[in-house]
Parts: sequence; structure tokens; C-alpha cells
Amino acid sequence: MNLHEYQGKELLKKFGVAIQEGIVAGNMQEAMEAYTALTAKTNSPFAIVKAQIHAGGRGKGGGVKLAKNAADFELHANNILGMYLRTPQTAGGMEGPGKLVSKILVAEDAYAPDFDACKELYVSILMDREKKCNVIIYSTEGGMDIEKVAEETPEKVQKEWVDATLGLQAFQTRKIAFNLDLSGKAFKEMTSFITKLYTAFVASDAALFEINPCLKTGDDRIIAVDAKVTIDDNALYRHPDLEAQRDNSEEDPTEVEARESDLNYVKLDGNVGCMVNGAGLAMATMDIIKLSGGEPANFLDVGGTADAKRVELAFRIILKDPAVKAILINIFGGIVRCDRVAQGVIDAYKNMGNIHVPLIVRLQGTNADLAKKMIDESGLAVQSAIALEEAADLVRNVFEKA
Amino acid sequence: MAVLVNKDSRIIVQGFTGKEGTFHAEQMIAYGTQVVGGVTPGKGGSSHLDKPVFNTVADAVKLAHADTTVIFVPPPFAADAIMEAAEAGIKVIICITEGIPVQDMVKVKAYIANFDCRLIGPNCPGVITPEEAKCGIMPGFIHKKGKIGIVSRSGTLTYEAVDQVTKAGMGQSTCIGIGGDPIVGTTTKEAVELLMNDPETEGIIMIGEIGGGMEAEAAYYIKEHGTKPVVGFIAGQTAPKGRKMGHAGAIIGGAEDTAEAKMAIMRECGIHVVSSPAEIGVTMKRVLNK
Repeated sequence: MNLHEYQGKELLKKFGVAIQEGIVAGNMQEAMEAYTALTAKTNSPFAIVKAQIHAGGRGKGGGVKLAKNAADFELHANNILGMYLRTPQTAGGMEGPGKLVSKILVAEDAYAPDFDACKELYVSILMDREKKCNVIIYSTEGGMDIEKVAEETPEKVQKEWVDATLGLQAFQTRKIAFNLDLSGKAFKEMTSFITKLYTAFVASDAALFEINPCLKTGDDRIIAVDAKVTIDDNALYRHPDLEAQRDNSEEDPTEVEARESDLNYVKLDGNVGCMVNGAGLAMATMDIIKLSGGEPANFLDVGGTADAKRVELAFRIILKDPAVKAILINIFGGIVRCDRVAQGVIDAYKNMGNIHVPLIVRLQGTNADLAKKMIDESGLAVQSAIALEEAADLVRNVFEKA
Repeated sequence: MAVLVNKDSRIIVQGFTGKEGTFHAEQMIAYGTQVVGGVTPGKGGSSHLDKPVFNTVADAVKLAHADTTVIFVPPPFAADAIMEAAEAGIKVIICITEGIPVQDMVKVKAYIANFDCRLIGPNCPGVITPEEAKCGIMPGFIHKKGKIGIVSRSGTLTYEAVDQVTKAGMGQSTCIGIGGDPIVGTTTKEAVELLMNDPETEGIIMIGEIGGGMEAEAAYYIKEHGTKPVVGFIAGQTAPKGRKMGHAGAIIGGAEDTAEAKMAIMRECGIHVVSSPAEIGVTMKRVLNK
């Protein structure tokens, strides 16, 4: 689960990590109050308006602006609140429809008073799948796309792996601070920054912390100017406070509905919907659709209990997508018997009334023959298959006829 | 022979008296698996499914000489259950549980390295040596004793491969579901290595998916040390970057862990890669008859 920048920073602050201070606002009145409160604290009329959406690259689409006075601030805040912000990472990129901005962060100008003495660094923490432990990735080249830095100047991206049982050691934080070319007060600040950041990462069951830029200020403080925070979905049960911060408006509404029904669904751009039991088989079914001349419209794992209620729920979710021209149901009945699943499909189909797209049902496993017979004799406009190859051929037929 | 589990394995079930544990332990026993008991803290001394219940894994090892465990404990307690089994001296730990926090698995992986044990999973269907021992949630009847070893990160997709192998007139030596999480106890390469060294296995099916570098690692091992034909499939050729496809570990991070990239490496390393999952069984049969 992703957090917004302002939520991520609140989390960091709880663990004593120094951040660029700011106040979140959801409308113009709140924004003006936030500006007044913030500027009173910073003793400067400068403030940054930052659009709060989950996608990165917000500056490129005009979602981050520096305001030099109250009038300036009002103009920027008014422009950004309610705008549809396009960034390279929103759906469709800079040409797409953009993402509605419903909150802004009114933040201090962290680069003041001496912009030229500031240095943008990069720090992130994540779990290294190969080494099976957490890794701190850091670079002197902050403020830009780290993948680009890694590609062009790989020597400037450094890594520090943390022992899984012992945790982060003091010498590692010193090594990082030295390698970031810091000295004096900034060096000490960085060792403390890294220590607290790592503590926050583990304590919040994060999957990713990305602090870019991580700023060395003119007066040698180290602060997080941005914070990209992702929490491990499997660990949300022990962080109800973080779970409560989930912003459903950031996700596809159909995906939100599916999650609330306990269905694992990801919307894709294709034309063949699919409903499968098991994640691996679901991915493999998407691949079959592509090999048969279609494009998968979704990933959907119905799980172990493919009864009439769940099949119907899955039908409704798949059919919300107007691009769907056919549906392939692929169930491997192991412990769940195929005849039960077939009954579920028939009942769901009848409950739904008219399903206007071709439906192909492939049931394999326990009682597959009986299941096929039930579907064939149901009188419904459903094509049935047992072998995976037959199902692929049926999908191919739909497209060859069209 | 086979690998990991066989008819002599002394198997216990952790989370024995729970709903999942009860259901699957019953199926395992019905298959003929030697289940010597189970563990549910606080219920020690009682009996369940006509088998003894122990309070701790240590008791099960001491009193029932258990050497293998199948874990059905819910996610918040599963990491603890794995460590308890390792510490008690269990040799083969099979964890079925899906949804264990990643940071828990980081600790587990480091802790169990201190013990002489092998972890399979978590988030896996388990391990089966057909007609000897079924340790997990797979449907037993689709399997047939034979000479094909199967390694897979998925559940139902493994059943699909098993079924194709059986219907093509072959059988399986051992099928190992290694699990769909970012951190698993036994990697694809380690599982392939077990089967390469198993005299009963004549061919290996390796089923991977997007995310991580396990299939590439296994492919390089096969290129160097492979002595048996390997058929491979990678699920998720049509999966978009950065989206989690059901399994916690099935997410494309960069250019190297897409299905295409993995399949290219596997081909280079001499693996018979199929692009359609419908062709796994027939391809295995064809390469074995060569």
C-alpha cells in the first residue's frame, strides 16, 4: 500500500527523522490557513505548494510550485487544487487524462536561505530479494531519477546491506555518511538520519522508503524533502493506523471494489476478461489469451472457493470494463470439484440475466467430464473445454470470426 | 528415492486442530501419508484425527520422532512456527501459509540458517512424492508415480503441469511448490539441484513467474551442471510492470525480471522453454523421447 508524501513524512517524523515541514490542505480555506501558520513559523513568506498524488514526477506536470508571497501562494494553490495532474507516471503519461489533485502539502522552502550551499542526495531502503535482507541504497546524485543515475553512472549508486538479525550497525551509518562526502555537523546529522530512518522502516513494515531528494541544507542539517513510502500489504494487520490512511481514490474503482469482495483483481488494457483460481494459473491464462490473438483485460484470481456467489461477483467486476469482448473462465478443480464450480457458473449466469459477450469455460480436474456435460446441457450460450489447448482454440475462434 | 519426502517421512502438522489444518491433514492421511501427529499449543495430550496432539514441536520430535512438518498456522504466527520447527530439529519444514510479512521472513531466513533444515515455502502448495507422501494442499489424485520432477512458484499452475504430465503417460518423482513470496526457503535453483541429484528423476519441469532472479540463477546452474532435460515456462508474459499479480513476489521490478528476459536466459542455458502453458506436458514427452 502506498502512502502520500504528507503521510509518509508524518510517519518519518514520529521516528525523529528530520523532514521538510508542511501542512496538508484539502481546500482553499485550509490552504490559506496553512500558509499563514507555516510562514509564521518559518519567518519567511516563501512556501512550496505540492500536489498530493501517488505518482512521481509531479514537478514535470506543474504539480509543485514555489510561492514567494501570499498572492503568489493563493494563485498556485488555486491552480493545483482540483487540477488533473499529468506526470510521466500517471496513467497514459503526459498525454493521459491525469490524476485529480484533492490535497496539497503546503511546505517550507527547505533550500532557504542559502540555495547554493544546499546539496541534494538520495537515500532509499528496500528488501533485497537476492540477499534476503534489507538494503540501503544511496547516492550523491539526488533530485533526479535514480534509475537514470544507475544507468549512466553506476559507480555513483552505492549499497549497504543490513544483517537480518543484528540490524544496522554504527559503522555502516558512518560509511554511508563518508561516502556521501559529508563532514562536520552534516556528517553527524546523516548518521543519525540513517539510523532513525532504518528504525522507522523496520518498525512500520515498509516495503520501500525513497527519500529523493534527501537534502543537506546550507546550515548542514539533513532533511527529507520528499518521501515515497510503501507498506508491505501482508503486514497491514499490525498497522491499523497506516491501513486507515489508505486513499481509495488513488486506485482504480473496480480494483477497490474487488479488494473489498476479497477478489484479487488487476485491470489491464485488453479485450478478453478472465477468471481463474490461483495467481500463477491466472498469469498463465493471460498469456494464453495473448497467444490466441486476444489481449487480457484483467488479472483475476477468484481463490479456492469458486461458488456461485463469488463467480457472480467476478462476472460483475469483469463486465464493468466496456472493452471486454469475451470472457474465459479457467478453473483447475483440485480439492474444489468441477461440477460444483460448473453449477456456480450456471447459477451466476442465470442470476446475471443476459451476458452479452461470448463465454468460454474451461474446467479441469475432479469431475471435469461431468462439469462439461452440465455446461453443455444448461442451454446457456457458453462454450466449454477441458484441456487448456481447447480453451485456447475457442478464444482464437472468437477473434477469427470477428 | 525421490526427494524431500517419502513413505518413511515422519510428518506432523502445525496448526493441526484449526480448520485448514484439520481439512488438509485428513486429506494427507487419506492419501496414505505417514502423519505421526500434530502441534497445537495448549492442546497437548489430546488426540485429533486419531493422532496425538503435542504442545510443542520439540515434544513431537521427542515423542513421535517427527522429522518433517507441514505448517497451516495463520500469517501472524507462521514465522514463529517455522523457527520453532527448525530449533526443535525438524529437517524438512513445509510452510503453506500465505500472507507472512516480508520483514518476518527476513528474520526467519537468517535464523534457520543456523540449523540443519530445509524450508519449503511459504505461500506454497507443498511437496508431494506420488504414492508415498502428500505434504500440502495439492489434489492427490492427479499425480502418478514416475520420473519427472516439477519445481514451481505457483499452486494451480503446478497442478496443470502435473495433470499434463500424467495424461501424457508419464508420472512424477517429486513435485516441489517453492512458493510465491519474495523470500522463500528453497530457491528454484536449490530445488532443481535436488532433482538433478535424484537418481529417480529423468526430466525436470521448471515453472517460474515474473519478479526476482531465481529462474535466471537456476538456468545458469543448469547450464553448468545440468545432466537431465529441463522444460521451462514463465507465467506473466502479459503482466504490466510494477503491478503485483496475486503473489507477493510476482511483480516486475526492472528489465531483468520480466517473463521475456527470463525466458531468453533459460533458452540460452539450454532449457526447453514453452511459451504456452498448454505445451508443458507434450514438450517434456518429446524431449525425453529424443
